[in-house]
Amino acid sequence: MSSATDALLVLILLLNFFVLGSSRIRSIIYTIAAQGLLLGVLPLLVHESIGVREGLVSVGAIALKSVVIPRMLLRAMADLPIRREIEPLVGYRTSLLLGAAATGASMALAARLPLEIVHPPPLLVPASFATVLTGFIVLTTRTKAITQVLGYLMLENGIFIFGVLLLEAMPFLVEVGVLLDLFVAIFVMGIIINHISREFASVSTERLAELRE
Amino acid sequence: MGGDPEHSLVSLLAVWLPLVGAAIVGASGLPGLFLARRSAPGAWTAAVLHLLGAAAALGGAAASVVTVGATSLDLPWGLPFGSFRVELDGLSAAFLVPLALVPALGSVYGLRYWSPRAHPDTSRKLRVFYGILAASLILLTVARDGVLFLFAWEGMALSAFFLVTIDDRDDQARSAGWVYFVATHVGTLALFGLLAAVASAGGSFGLDPLPDTAAPLGVGTVIFLLGLIGFGLKAGIMPLHVWLPGAHAVAPSHVSAVLSGVVLKVGIYGLARLTCMLPHPPVFWGGLLLTLGVVSGIVGVLFAVAQHDLKRLLAYHSIENIGIITMGLGLAMLGRSYGRADWMALGLGGAILHVWNHAFFKSLLFMAAGAVIHRVHTREIDRMGGLARSMPITGALFLCGAVAICGLPPLNGFVSELLIYLGLLRTVQPIDGVAAAGAAFAVPALAIIGALAVACFVKVFGAVFLGSPREHHDATPSEAPGSMLAPMLVLAAVCVGIGALPALALPFLDAAARAWSVGAHAEALPLGLLAPLWWVSALAGATWLFAILLALGLRRLVRPPGAARVGTWDCGYAAPSARMQYTASSFAQILVGLFASVLHPRERRPRVGRLFPRGRSYSSHVHDVVLAEWVVPAVAVLARQAARLRIIQAGHIQLYILYVLLIVIALVLSAVPLLDLLRSLVTR
Repeated sequence: MSSATDALLVLILLLNFFVLGSSRIRSIIYTIAAQGLLLGVLPLLVHESIGVREGLVSVGAIALKSVVIPRMLLRAMADLPIRREIEPLVGYRTSLLLGAAATGASMALAARLPLEIVHPPPLLVPASFATVLTGFIVLTTRTKAITQVLGYLMLENGIFIFGVLLLEAMPFLVEVGVLLDLFVAIFVMGIIINHISREFASVSTERLAELRE
Repeated sequence: MGGDPEHSLVSLLAVWLPLVGAAIVGASGLPGLFLARRSAPGAWTAAVLHLLGAAAALGGAAASVVTVGATSLDLPWGLPFGSFRVELDGLSAAFLVPLALVPALGSVYGLRYWSPRAHPDTSRKLRVFYGILAASLILLTVARDGVLFLFAWEGMALSAFFLVTIDDRDDQARSAGWVYFVATHVGTLALFGLLAAVASAGGSFGLDPLPDTAAPLGVGTVIFLLGLIGFGLKAGIMPLHVWLPGAHAVAPSHVSAVLSGVVLKVGIYGLARLTCMLPHPPVFWGGLLLTLGVVSGIVGVLFAVAQHDLKRLLAYHSIENIGIITMGLGLAMLGRSYGRADWMALGLGGAILHVWNHAFFKSLLFMAAGAVIHRVHTREIDRMGGLARSMPITGALFLCGAVAICGLPPLNGFVSELLIYLGLLRTVQPIDGVAAAGAAFAVPALAIIGALAVACFVKVFGAVFLGSPREHHDATPSEAPGSMLAPMLVLAAVCVGIGALPALALPFLDAAARAWSVGAHAEALPLGLLAPLWWVSALAGATWLFAILLALGLRRLVRPPGAARVGTWDCGYAAPSARMQYTASSFAQILVGLFASVLHPRERRPRVGRLFPRGRSYSSHVHDVVLAEWVVPAVAVLARQAARLRIIQAGHIQLYILYVLLIVIALVLSAVPLLDLLRSLVTR
């Protein structure tokens, strides 16, 4: 079991790097959809006994993270005049280096974190932190509103990984919280995208700077 | 809780009734929200509910006075910190009486003053916030937990803000509202600091006396000074009064009555509760309070004399009266420091009785002023005149309030000032070798305050009610409607009642002094032993008798039956007009000139040169010196310096998220050793 879990987590980490290195929004959406799929499988692998609860969480996560939300985003891409390139504030190479640093830091942090759970899969906690940090990197270095949504999604993915760990301790709370969070983020960003496209006819948050004060 | 069941029932009532009352009062404005904007029933239900709630709260106060020992109640509370602990001891009960009564009367007054018909846009909003304000006041007095206290405090501060700015299309109201908003939050900030200090010293947020070991002198002084800033800002102690005149002038009159009559008193309550928590104060705390009281009293009344705006003038008188109350509190504190039971009893008793009295006569004055403003549509004293003829009852009620606020017998203001005088005079004569003769300098100060107040109200009453109207109004002003007169009549009756039979208030005052002096070196003596209150009653009776006989005699002398009515002799000038009367400004001019070094009056004086000069105009203005010359420049400097921080606000979402990230990282880094600690706690 453990080796399968670790392989899955390594894949998730690699997808993080792919997001940081990619220049095309469409491919990032596909990447995040794939990451969602892997996340959906994760609860089935981590827990010894697979009950109805794990199954439901898994199916729900896959449906939301790898089908519904990516399709929404792809539709937004099609409907709105969004250019395909990312236009990052920081170069791709620098982003990748930042991502590597973040992953390293996550490993170091996870090793020192005093956890109550006795034997977590060795890569699970670092992968969680690394994904959260990658989400933050995307949020802070990419300019477009739609990449902000993608950043939030990665952030939620990271939290979801950690939530898998708590699934036994506080099952319902964690799941509902994670999914609800996600919906709120998508909802809010959807509104922002619509709003920006109406007001400025260009979906870039850089224009928001005009609103300061 | 007492042993026998009857007592415990009464003491349970004493703590439940105020809570129920607060709930009813707080909800009083809500039914009206579901009715039409112009509907009168909404206003009526609000007033009836408010009266019911206030009656419940007053019942609680009365019940607490007849029981021995206060019942404490700890209700479930969904927050991880603080608790919903309430208790009604003597001190709370004494403050609860005016805090429940005055807003209830104000709600009746508001029925016609701010009627739904005349103010369809704002009357529902006003009733909702008015109810919340009154409920917060009740909750404040019974809260025994710091967090609950702060909740009620903010409820009061915010609802008062919405009441001050109820007429938000008015420039003046908006700017006064902002000044108030900033001032009240500076105060709240100080109270946050205060609570943190209390919690770290005493281990909980409870508002109970701290042991000496928990609050050594340094910590105690920090706590006291924070409280002085926080509560002093609310009470309007000079120089922390800057928000007060503006806010009280622009608010609707019954709201001004509540703000001035009772909301300020919450600051005093806070100070009293705080000093109760620090049982053994050093001498300089009491000295500081006494000095601040003297400054507030004298400077407040001086500014009042110089005002042209009727409600602003009354607001400055509130500062003066807060000064008198603070003097009483300072004396009580000195008594605490020196272990003198008589100073404590007279000082605190005088302060609390003055809290009552000021609440009653100041709201009476604001309501009477509101009735006048309602009819003449201006707040300028120099544009009124001759109103005693058209509004005789309002005039008489205003006169009653004026006599009371000047501290003249036979009304209530005299009694409380007498108690403070007696206490201050006792500081001169040493008993057991203890004397703080320095405190006696407050006696002449109190006398000066009284004299200036008389001058000020002679000016107001003369200019507003006597003489003849200075301006022609569309319709001659008529007497205020009954629903506005009735609350004023009740207040005037209370003023007369306390003036004539002050001994009736003794149970409340003694209970308050007992509750306040818990933990002090000496317990406060019963006030009845220290002050000749029955002589006061006799004197009041004699004064009333003399006044009535004098009035009857003068009437006979001045207007014998059958005498013809003619105009006043005008020194032979053929064409006098109403504008040739002595104005309020000219009446006050000598005093303003004498104290120009404090008041900084600004005059535009025309030069009259030739033999036949053309029309000239003269104007004078006294601004609030502390606000205009200290606070505004200081804030401007602060704003210029703070503008440098603008670079943080770049406007890029990415940057803001980076800030969040950096702080999260910093928190994680700082938390790692803490987590170790946490784990060791959990696993043990």
